Amino acid sequence: MQIVVDLSICQDHGQCAIAAPEIFHMDDEGHLVYTAEPGAALREAAEDAADACPVQAITIED
Amino acid sequence: MRRNPDPPSRPGRDPDGPRVAVVGASLAGLRAAEQLRAAGHAGPITVYGDEPYLPYNRPPLSKDLLAAPGAVTPAELHERAAFRLRARVADVEFRLGTAVTRADLERAELTLDGGETVRFDGLVAATGLRPRRLAVAGPANNRFALRTLDDCAALRDALRPDARVVVAGAGFVGCEVAATARALGCRVTVVEPAAEPLLAVLGEALAAGVRRHHENAGIAFRTGRCVTAVRAGAVTLDDGTDLAADVLVEALGSLPNTEWLAGNGLDLTDGVRCANTLQAYGAGNLVAVGDVARFPNPRTGDGVPRRVEHWSMPADTARRAAATLTDLLAGRAPDPTPFRPVPSFWSDQGGLRLQSFGAPALAGAVRIAEGDPDRPADGLLATYHRGSAHVGTVAINLPPSRQAPLRAAFTAAA
Repeated sequence: MQIVVDLSICQDHGQCAIAAPEIFHMDDEGHLVYTAEPGAALREAAEDAADACPVQAITIED
Repeated sequence: MRRNPDPPSRPGRDPDGPRVAVVGASLAGLRAAEQLRAAGHAGPITVYGDEPYLPYNRPPLSKDLLAAPGAVTPAELHERAAFRLRARVADVEFRLGTAVTRADLERAELTLDGGETVRFDGLVAATGLRPRRLAVAGPANNRFALRTLDDCAALRDALRPDARVVVAGAGFVGCEVAATARALGCRVTVVEPAAEPLLAVLGEALAAGVRRHHENAGIAFRTGRCVTAVRAGAVTLDDGTDLAADVLVEALGSLPNTEWLAGNGLDLTDGVRCANTLQAYGAGNLVAVGDVARFPNPRTGDGVPRRVEHWSMPADTARRAAATLTDLLAGRAPDPTPFRPVPSFWSDQGGLRLQSFGAPALAGAVRIAEGDPDRPADGLLATYHRGSAHVGTVAINLPPSRQAPLRAAFTAAA
């Protein structure tokens, strides 16, 4: 499982960091930091984060 | 209308299993279909949508898509806003451009706008909202509402630089459209019956701060006023004043689309009244999701069933409703674990980003925790209280790294 974030449309809402803190967080400068290959056990969390993104910038690729 | 061609046969699917009809093909309908599969529903799923488009994201319609430069066709707007369809829903049938005109729950049958009837075993109400329109006669051209992609495409064409734009209603959509129109160079006046924009949600201090922010950007407000007459190029307010209006945007809130369910003995007062499991009262295999679902949330502590028109609710309610319906179709009692979603909204409007957790509109008192309500753009945090309960949190222009801790603090307190 590979997480891809389209940073050209990400607007730093931070909703992914709420939905899946194991994978996503916002650093002190307000930028998104994430684990690109979080492991299959975190699939549901990754999907929750993709769903929660207001601009739908997150895709999950297999 | 689009149907998935020859849906692939997939492991774990049962073409002869119970059939679920999802009525509504926006975010709530899509999430319901996904979550039915996630919950183990193996039978056929058909999603009916009256718009000609596969599910798309509506919040950009008042912001990025409304402001996107150049001539853009509705199809191109859809490309930018469409939700990705997961592999999980590859065998879900989408019947688009197809409105469901009525449901007969006893016969387990839907009637489509072409007169066709279709049977179902389980039903998901995901029909969402339509804009409330101004109950004032007058020429229909240059009067707009904003809910659909086609609405957005039409309004885009009208928001030319220097156009005189009157926005009736200062809720989220009204404020966002006003800010976008102003950024496009329009001359914008917002007419709002209440004393401030967003007053019911934010309370007086924050609402006044938001108004002043927009005024500083060049948006005029006529608060405590409403539009009483519309004619070509102008509107009249209830105090008799006339405002020039090349464009009138009616942003007066929304009405739930439930007429298709009438005649089945359901409580359709302001949405589909549901139990906490999202099973509709008075119906067997019917659940409601998204904006039409009126359910009690134990988090509010008062047992009152409410609809919640926030973007976060379709995903939350779809998950629970899909589990409930899958249980019902399998002859099991729905899981009684209390469903306690945390409502959450955001709104981007002209240099302000509002983020909320909980239900600030239910509050009796507002405490400013950080910042100055007169300067919300510099960062502001407010907590909302009813009695001793912390019922909501609103942040304006706080750093993104603050969102997760603020939500955690709210859910721990509530």
